[in-house]
Amino acid sequence: MSSMTFGRAINAGLRKAMENDPKVVLMGEDIGKLGGVFRITEGLQKDFGEHRVMDSPLAEAGIMGTAIGMAYRGYRPVVEIQFDGFIYPAFDQIVCQVAKLHYRTQGKVKVPLTIRVPFGGGIGSPEHHSESPEAYFTHTSGLRVVSVSNPQDAYTVIQQAIASDDPVLYFEPKRRYHVKGEVNEGVDLSAESMESARVVTEGSDVTLVTYGPLVPTALDAAVAASDDGVSVEVIDLRSLAPIDFATVEASVRKTGRLVITHEAAQSGGLGAEIAASITERCFYYLEHAPVRVTGFDIPYPYSKLEFHHLPDLDRILDGVDRAMGRANSLSSLEG
Amino acid sequence: MNPAQEDDVVQLLTPSGARTSGEYDRWVEDVDDNELMSLYQDMVVVRRIDAEATALQRQGELALWPPLLGQEAAQVGSARALRTDDFVFSSYREHAVAYCRGVDLTDMTRVWRGNASSGWDPFGINMATPQVIIGAQTLHAVGYGMAIVNDGDDAVAVTYFGDGATSQGDVNEAMVFAASYQAPVIFFCQNNHWAISEPVGLQAQVPIARRAPGFGIPSVRVDGNDVLATLAVTREALHRARTGGGPTYIEALTYRMGPHTTADDPTKYRDANELEDWAAKDPIARLAAYFQERGLYTEDFQSSVKAKADDVAREMRAGCVNMAEPETMDVFKNVYSSPNSWLERQQDHYARYLATFDDTAADAEGSK
Repeated sequence: MSSMTFGRAINAGLRKAMENDPKVVLMGEDIGKLGGVFRITEGLQKDFGEHRVMDSPLAEAGIMGTAIGMAYRGYRPVVEIQFDGFIYPAFDQIVCQVAKLHYRTQGKVKVPLTIRVPFGGGIGSPEHHSESPEAYFTHTSGLRVVSVSNPQDAYTVIQQAIASDDPVLYFEPKRRYHVKGEVNEGVDLSAESMESARVVTEGSDVTLVTYGPLVPTALDAAVAASDDGVSVEVIDLRSLAPIDFATVEASVRKTGRLVITHEAAQSGGLGAEIAASITERCFYYLEHAPVRVTGFDIPYPYSKLEFHHLPDLDRILDGVDRAMGRANSLSSLEG
Repeated sequence: MNPAQEDDVVQLLTPSGARTSGEYDRWVEDVDDNELMSLYQDMVVVRRIDAEATALQRQGELALWPPLLGQEAAQVGSARALRTDDFVFSSYREHAVAYCRGVDLTDMTRVWRGNASSGWDPFGINMATPQVIIGAQTLHAVGYGMAIVNDGDDAVAVTYFGDGATSQGDVNEAMVFAASYQAPVIFFCQNNHWAISEPVGLQAQVPIARRAPGFGIPSVRVDGNDVLATLAVTREALHRARTGGGPTYIEALTYRMGPHTTADDPTKYRDANELEDWAAKDPIARLAAYFQERGLYTEDFQSSVKAKADDVAREMRAGCVNMAEPETMDVFKNVYSSPNSWLERQQDHYARYLATFDDTAADAEGSK
């Protein structure tokens, strides 16, 4: 075990994957000498060479499309999209090509591509640098989508993503890059499926489902709620497509209440999918309609206002109160 | 300037079948009469494939077909220059390229009949299955070329696209990447003058081949209806790529004599005179004229080519109409390489739903 930051853990995971498989190559803007704008690939070009850590021209569709061509020839490219808002120029190559090539070719062409996306807000960036575009991709068949929240998962899941024969979008909560944690570098990658959710803390009154950047916030909310006499079970999804509904379902059957929180806008978001799926599966166990605590349906706001948009401890607690039928900000509407 | 203006166009056979000479002769020095006759046969066969598939569509056996009529020389000449280990990333009209790569005739119709998402195994013939998104495949070719460099190999990636595709960002990004990494790639643009109903002038104000040098990629314009010339320029580009010279851009000037697909009507958007002008430049007729001039266009030769085309057409038709229907549950197959809990659940639920019809049938049977 060693202690390292979230960002360092991704770097260590990439390094391990590159050591284990010479077909693993990294592609992206500024990832070579600079080590990426967040330094996630720092030192890798020096150690593995320019043919394995390739600085790309500034063209996201180009990066994605050429990575597909590399995959045709047996490579396992790991692509870095510099910021969440820059993934849109590559959207066509991701949803029409990366996602569908295996299906289109009756399984003949595999696209073992990992797409790393630093995502989410909270770092005071200008527009296009703080978005949460995950729902676009969870809606696309053929893609797997994951988002990790701590150094150990970051280290483990990046290697599982690279080893997967399916394309994986790996969403990195950029505001957590500097969070430190213990990492077991000898972890057995096959011991746990990349699809499995993690019960972070157990509780009996409310199930609080989240992922990525909001996991620590949700934990803080659980501690605060317990001071208030409410026992919250926090689930870190880790996999966003597919979602490990079995774990969420087991929890909701126990607690009878569900709160979902994410930074992404509410409408058509993952919260809606989770609420609907759990309602279908657990309708008779629910004591209250599922509650969503999310970003607003707005373009990501300028940084002085971003903390109103991002769910925080108090907004999550308010959501817990709604699920519990306790006094909350919307009480006057519910009568 | 008219983007289709034919200055500096490589040509080795005039429309009337006269052999001209020039600097590109050295790339086809070895092409003897037998080889030329075999190129001719391929062009006749693919024209017949095209006619047969168009007929199959009209008869309701295919849902759609994008005819290649008129583009036989551009495709056969370039494809016949390739080595087996080169890899092709094409669009959806490259039936002649597919034929030259050795694609099975039944497989050629599979997608258009709606029986599969792809007709063939890309690795069986080193040709990706047809790309429908305009220009997307050019980036795949460049990535493949970058991988060739990494592997220290001397194969070449070849990508086919049309004049309309040159407006797409992907094609332009592909040229940036190809030049930056000096990838062994041939950009083979078939300028067939029409992107569905839009003339090439809407895509380009200067000859399309002129764009490539701006990216640092040498380019050449070739008479796309001259099979010998397309063979020559492709061989030169392949040689450049194999010897570390990087990408080449070829603009083959040709003409789509039929509709974009069997779903559109070109009489609505183009002048009949234009079609007539291009019919006079027919790729097959000019080679026949060349043979005639030299006493090679014998009845034996003509009948053997016709017999081959008949055989191929017969085989394709039989393969098409006798194709097995896909299995219902195949709709769920190959979305992922490994099991996916969401999809497994939907598949299971649909199987249960379908089974209720079996039960209903069984119940009805039992109550008789």
